[in-house]
Amino acid sequence: MEIFGVPTALLGSQLLVGLINGSFYAILSLGLAIIFGLLNIINFAHGAQYMMGAFIAWLALTKFEVNYWVALIAAPLLVGLLGVLLERTMLRKLYKLDHLYGLLLTFGLALIIEGIFRDQFGISGESYEVPEALSGGIHLGFMFLPLYRAWVVVASLTVCFGTWFMIEKTRLGAYLRAGTENPQIVQALGINVPLLITFTYGYGVALAAFAGVLAAPVFQVNPLMGSNLIIVVFAVVVIGGMGSILGSIVTGIGLGLIEGLTKVFYPEASAVVVFVIMVVVLLLRPAGLFGKA
Amino acid sequence: MNSPAQPSALIKTEVLYTGLFVVGLLAPFAVYPTFLMKLFCFALFASAFNLLLGFAGLLSFGHAAFLGTAGYVCGLLVRDSGVSPEVGILAGTVSAGLLGWLFGILAIRRTGIYFAMITLALAQMVYFLVLQVPATGGEDGLQGVPRGNLFGLIDLSDNIAMYYLVYAVFSIGFFIIYRTIHSPFGQILKAIRENEPRAISLGYDVAKFKLLAFVISASLAGLAGATKTLVFQLASLSDVHWHTSGEVVLMTLLGGLGTILGPAVGSATIVSLQNELADKVGSWVTVIMGAIFVACVLAFRRGIVGEIQALIQRAGIR
Repeated sequence: MEIFGVPTALLGSQLLVGLINGSFYAILSLGLAIIFGLLNIINFAHGAQYMMGAFIAWLALTKFEVNYWVALIAAPLLVGLLGVLLERTMLRKLYKLDHLYGLLLTFGLALIIEGIFRDQFGISGESYEVPEALSGGIHLGFMFLPLYRAWVVVASLTVCFGTWFMIEKTRLGAYLRAGTENPQIVQALGINVPLLITFTYGYGVALAAFAGVLAAPVFQVNPLMGSNLIIVVFAVVVIGGMGSILGSIVTGIGLGLIEGLTKVFYPEASAVVVFVIMVVVLLLRPAGLFGKA
Repeated sequence: MNSPAQPSALIKTEVLYTGLFVVGLLAPFAVYPTFLMKLFCFALFASAFNLLLGFAGLLSFGHAAFLGTAGYVCGLLVRDSGVSPEVGILAGTVSAGLLGWLFGILAIRRTGIYFAMITLALAQMVYFLVLQVPATGGEDGLQGVPRGNLFGLIDLSDNIAMYYLVYAVFSIGFFIIYRTIHSPFGQILKAIRENEPRAISLGYDVAKFKLLAFVISASLAGLAGATKTLVFQLASLSDVHWHTSGEVVLMTLLGGLGTILGPAVGSATIVSLQNELADKVGSWVTVIMGAIFVACVLAFRRGIVGEIQALIQRAGIR
């Protein structure tokens, strides 16, 4: 079977890779967006925190024989806790300053984290076994679907929509949205905004670590895996705009799919296609697809 | 800084700059010239970057693209087309300026944090292009660039001759930045930085001023990059990597954002530090750079020169 002269098996598997990348873009840009919404900073350390998630999972398995499922919960908690610590001790001091300082501080943190992991583990990368329950796959007739990859997509989408639900439909989410609109008034109404901010940063960071654990069996666990990804995610954020939660999810997955298709039809451009789309969006709709001008 | 300078202060500044200039002239006889050349290339790079962030308030996270592109253009022309070094440097500068114009028209459509992300993403695109285009040598970079003869007369393979070329390039670049900052154009940039809506309401075409500042900054970053390629006789992939973009931010921040001498002081500090630490601590260099970043942002936002200026001011008041 062929579509446009491309075997469907190839097309299908590249679309699946695109969907997986897209789910990572979605989780990461979602985390960036909710952090930006309340803290007004761009968390440059997001990529490093994603990498930490993957490394914690790998370390847990190889050093302490802690399995994948425990790591999937524990790594985000640990990284989230570290995030809470960072917010309390450092980020908090910058809220009154220009937003750019937040970017610079988290950039410095990213360098520190990345440097430590590079020193400890080198840059060659480690591989993480797919957990037993999810190894193997299903023949769909036109292509082979590895179970783990299907799991990544399902788990990411569940978390993304769970986050969306929490923000749009629960009381806590209402506080969060109100805090994004006008923190002073929310504070005056008796809601502990500083605590809300800490929680939000911790949660956004935990999302990154969750994506990292999901990514560990798919990609090589490598100290640089985050920084290469995060720049693409920045482009995704520019394309989608950070105003809408659903917008970041849709943009992330859409761009992943487009990237997958590019790998099939014009592989040379696959590394830059997201950036090219960003340029086009900036020319046609400078505020981003879901942004408010 | 905005109050009209006292005549005595003006003379002091002149003495300071003349003194520094003379020190620069004598330096290669006391310090290893290659180190000095690297230092001045980065000092020019950081000063060009500071023109944008310190005086127009625009944080570009993609300045490595200009440094690197100019380096590759200059290197390719000098090595493969046999043009003379001064033409190579000029061509590199112009190419960086053109690239800056392209980046500029896209990035100034957004402000603040988005501006930084857009420039970073565009620079990453340049990185991938440089990696994939066959002419650039991919992972190996562009090697074996001859220094050639300046104006067909002066043999640049001599390190001292090369040093004076670098020093001249730096001084010219620095003078251009100095003049830009102290021109009416520079004042308008400051006005935009301080209060953009006000500048618009006063009738200034803010987008045009930002774009011009971006192009000047990119060209001068390119001037530094092209010169650097001649010094080291190679252009490498790390010149276009985002690490380099981050490094120039750090140099400027450490030296003193929005001060004239700050970026040069900052780059001198960072380049010396890297030189000292490279063989001693290995990959911990990145960690140390990150720690300096964090320290600067949290506790040392005025930078070295900014702190000194504040000290002098306090002493003057007393």
